[in-house]
Amino acid sequence: MSSALTRMHGRFDFAHIARWIAPGERVLDLGCGDGALLCLLQETRQIHGYGVELDPTNVTACIRNGVNVLQFNLERGLSGFEDHSFDHVIMSLSLQTVRHTVPILQEMLRVGREAVVSFPNFAYKPHREAIAAGHMPVSRHLPYQWFDSPNVRFFTLTDFERLCADERIEILERMSFAEGRLVTEDPNLNAEVALYRIRGQRSGIL
Amino acid sequence: MDNQDVSQCQSVGRVTPQTAVFEQTLALKSGAVLPGFALAFETYGTLNTAKSNAVLVCHALSGNHHVAGFYDADHRKETLGWWDNLVGPGKPLDTRRFFVVGVNNLGGCHGSTGPMSIHPETRKPYGADFPLLTVEDWVAAQTYLADYLGIDTWAAVIGGSLGGMQALQWTLEYPERVRHGMVIASTPRLSAQNIAFNEVARQAILSDPDFHGGHYYEYDPTAKQPIKPRNGLRLARMVGHITYLSDDQLAEKFGRRMRHGAHRFNYEVEFEIESYLRHQGDKFAEAFDANTYLLATKALDYFDPAFDYAGDLRAALARAKADFFVASFTTDWRFTPEKSREIVYALLHNGLNVSYAEIDCDAGHDSFLLATPHYHAALTAYLQGITL
Repeated sequence: MSSALTRMHGRFDFAHIARWIAPGERVLDLGCGDGALLCLLQETRQIHGYGVELDPTNVTACIRNGVNVLQFNLERGLSGFEDHSFDHVIMSLSLQTVRHTVPILQEMLRVGREAVVSFPNFAYKPHREAIAAGHMPVSRHLPYQWFDSPNVRFFTLTDFERLCADERIEILERMSFAEGRLVTEDPNLNAEVALYRIRGQRSGIL
Repeated sequence: MDNQDVSQCQSVGRVTPQTAVFEQTLALKSGAVLPGFALAFETYGTLNTAKSNAVLVCHALSGNHHVAGFYDADHRKETLGWWDNLVGPGKPLDTRRFFVVGVNNLGGCHGSTGPMSIHPETRKPYGADFPLLTVEDWVAAQTYLADYLGIDTWAAVIGGSLGGMQALQWTLEYPERVRHGMVIASTPRLSAQNIAFNEVARQAILSDPDFHGGHYYEYDPTAKQPIKPRNGLRLARMVGHITYLSDDQLAEKFGRRMRHGAHRFNYEVEFEIESYLRHQGDKFAEAFDANTYLLATKALDYFDPAFDYAGDLRAALARAKADFFVASFTTDWRFTPEKSREIVYALLHNGLNVSYAEIDCDAGHDSFLLATPHYHAALTAYLQGITL
């Protein structure tokens, strides 16, 4: 579907997320917007997907895009979803908007075999420069003014990785990007967005 | 309205009800057997040659087969179908694309066989002898109508409230005959509070001196006005009606507004809400039959697909194969969003396709009958996505 591809173009991380998804998987996308990622995964990976989205306009857009969508409030948690009922639970560029960071990560790893999260890097060089110049950063991935931002958590790659270590969350893979390109050198400084594939640390028996 | 040009929305126009008569006996869940039955129905739009575009609209407690259009052009508003804002050319359930069927349920009082019908043996109205019915029985009777119309598989079965229960039941009992179940403002089972309200309604009717054990049709046929338990039915409707609306909506619509601007210290209408409820009760008592109301509230109470599965709704829904659209309304305290979410999670457990919309609307349970933009936009998107 060309419309999905057009949207994917605007969200370069989708193609990278798709590489982590095997054909036929069950996928839950939290904060799925208009369903573009699920649409792409349905077409390229034949997944069985569901999106969770609160905004009514996006809910209708998902339905129109042929994507299963559930109008649930994520702040209420994922308690209705069964343990390991999905192969991947995805939260794309939304983790910074959720107040209960650790509970939502734990819930994603309870419901999914693995989770995929992406978020804007607050320590991206231009952001540091903005702070050094005395202003909160405003950029492509942090497009809001401090007073109207939906973001409630501001963190860096290093911060996230420390949290994962503290919470015994295993990082399986990381990709970082700036201006749509992969970043390999000092990602905490040079990446504007980071993408992680994670899972809960298994016990010795597993 | 989101993505829907209102000027494109038209009425299906003047419609005429039809009746299908079935000579076959119908075995009911209670064990009773009906020797044959008739169903009143209406259709809108045209059945395509593949017969793949048929949608069944199931009605709620007080509804019937007159879903859309009007009977009398001079009294258009008074004779308008109960879900006319949903069904018509350019409306969410677009009759340019779909063949839509409305049916009066078995046991109804608007043309289908029910307590008012003549018992073939006694030659008198069934009255209280009409067997009690379940949602399963209604759906079983509806399959006869589907066969009669030559419809093997419904593109969708849609309903709100008690109608949503029928839509869900269709997907469980006849999984090969429904492609999309659209379950709106419904619940997988009534709560104790729901049953309690129904019981108050029933007691109002049963204790009316004009009820005559359910055989009121036979009483004093020479009376100018036929005998019926008007007061009981009126009370039943009044209490029911309160549960269909939200506290906020009543506050906004009526508040404590008084008819005379001052306390009169009597039991006549003083507050506007009293006037509204009495009017609703009076209107309903004339148009509806008390025995039908009684059995429909019992059908509501009995509905519980998980009952045979030790209360496990997920196991109960394992039979379903359809795709689903589930919707609830934030201020519906009769069938709360939580109940709809329970259906959604049970569908998820079974790996079924489902979309769920939780609509922000202040009109309580009756929100499902309104044309709230997000609600109708979601319905439109879902219905447009159904392949024919």
